[in-house]
Amino acid sequence: MANIIEGVKYTKEHEWVKIDGDIATTGITDYAQSELSDIVMVEPPGIGQKIKAGDAVGTIEAVKAVTDLYACLSGAVTEVNDAVVADPSIMNKDAYGEGWIYKVKIDAPKEIDNLLSPEQYKELIAKS
Amino acid sequence: MHLKNNGKIVEFAGYLMPVQFEGIIPEHQTVRTSVGVFDVSHMGEVEIRGKDRTKFVNYITTNDASKLALNQIQYSTMLYPDAGIVDDLLVYNLEDRMFLVVNAANTEKDYQWILDNKQFDVEISNLSEGIGQLAVQGPKAEAVGQKLFDFNLSELEYYWATEVKIKDIPIILSRTGYTGEDGFEIYLDEKYAVRVWDMIFEAGKEFNIKPIGLGARDTLRFEMRYCLYGNDIDKTTNPLEAGLAWVVKFDKGDFIGKESLLKIKEEGLKRKLVGFEVVDKGIPRPHQEIHNEERKLGFVTSGTFSPSLKKGIGIGYVELPHNKVGTILKVIGKTPIDVKIIKGPFYKRGSHK
Repeated sequence: MANIIEGVKYTKEHEWVKIDGDIATTGITDYAQSELSDIVMVEPPGIGQKIKAGDAVGTIEAVKAVTDLYACLSGAVTEVNDAVVADPSIMNKDAYGEGWIYKVKIDAPKEIDNLLSPEQYKELIAKS
Repeated sequence: MHLKNNGKIVEFAGYLMPVQFEGIIPEHQTVRTSVGVFDVSHMGEVEIRGKDRTKFVNYITTNDASKLALNQIQYSTMLYPDAGIVDDLLVYNLEDRMFLVVNAANTEKDYQWILDNKQFDVEISNLSEGIGQLAVQGPKAEAVGQKLFDFNLSELEYYWATEVKIKDIPIILSRTGYTGEDGFEIYLDEKYAVRVWDMIFEAGKEFNIKPIGLGARDTLRFEMRYCLYGNDIDKTTNPLEAGLAWVVKFDKGDFIGKESLLKIKEEGLKRKLVGFEVVDKGIPRPHQEIHNEERKLGFVTSGTFSPSLKKGIGIGYVELPHNKVGTILKVIGKTPIDVKIIKGPFYKRGSHK
């Protein structure tokens, strides 16, 4: 069973967002890493890049599959996890912790209301 | 049996198949460095009996089956009259029969094709339903096998078979595989498959033997540049352009597809299957187009990340004369990827003999 943790928000694209003041940290969910399996490459957005919620802003490649990374919230990218860029398999091992991908300075806090609660994300996965 | 090993299961060609157990990359490394076991019972087996079996198999396949000694095996293809490929297969010349091992998804089609082209004094049967197949692959495969058989396994050479017993269970044992590593494959009545699977794991315990899924089977075969039917070859491709001329013997007498293939050869090939590696980063994927600076030259048939080389690799058809080793081309994904055509298998350190 996919691990769904409390204390973060989720998106339909199987990403998680942890909000800390005006900074949001993002990664892919345990369900996503398990479906992708064997992640071998991640291309996050660049530091300073302005991203818009819902836009494709990066790519994740696994041995057998490739997927886009979608912006969960609008804002400017403040930090990128160089460790997962160097070794993307970290996302397979610790999707919610060491496997975070990038941080963004939130532009429009009301977009947070569009994100899914752990309960809602659980329902989403149950249907897929 | 895979459910108890926590495999990720999918349905393939009507079989429930394990795609992966602990992950494609670790399983891939297990086979490259130690030993792993694949359940490939989905593969099809067609048996040809009768006094004209060699003549008949020679007529429906491109390699020269008459050259096979008793218990010898050869890789071959079956063609349509237009030289498109029906399937690629292994031909086993066993004591009183020819044993053809074909691709799972093609079994019904192949069987029907063989029946439709029946000639001479032969009996044809599709044994696929009742036969299980286990592949033990990796540099430690011989050491594991040696614990299961009472003859000297090192005497069984690459592409040779023997009919033996493993604890009273009759099997066909062959030194074959689809990984580039040393190893053997076992064909047996499927009702014994779980028992033999367990015996192999018992024997392989000291080598940390592991179950391997279809995901790693694909990356392993791909690093060796072995063709996969449905990806790299199919009814729209011929063996010459697919680099399989070595299994086409024009001088052996008539075979289905010979006339068309000779014509193709005389007119000259228009495209060839090439292998390429990514120059910088990115992973080629099947169906993506291959271009040079000016235009489209072909398309990717297989593409993946190579766990051994740690980079993207691919194979695809490219128009002649753009197939030269060293040529830089572009694979058109979301962002174009520069790739370089290379020679031979991607992985060159396999343990197979």
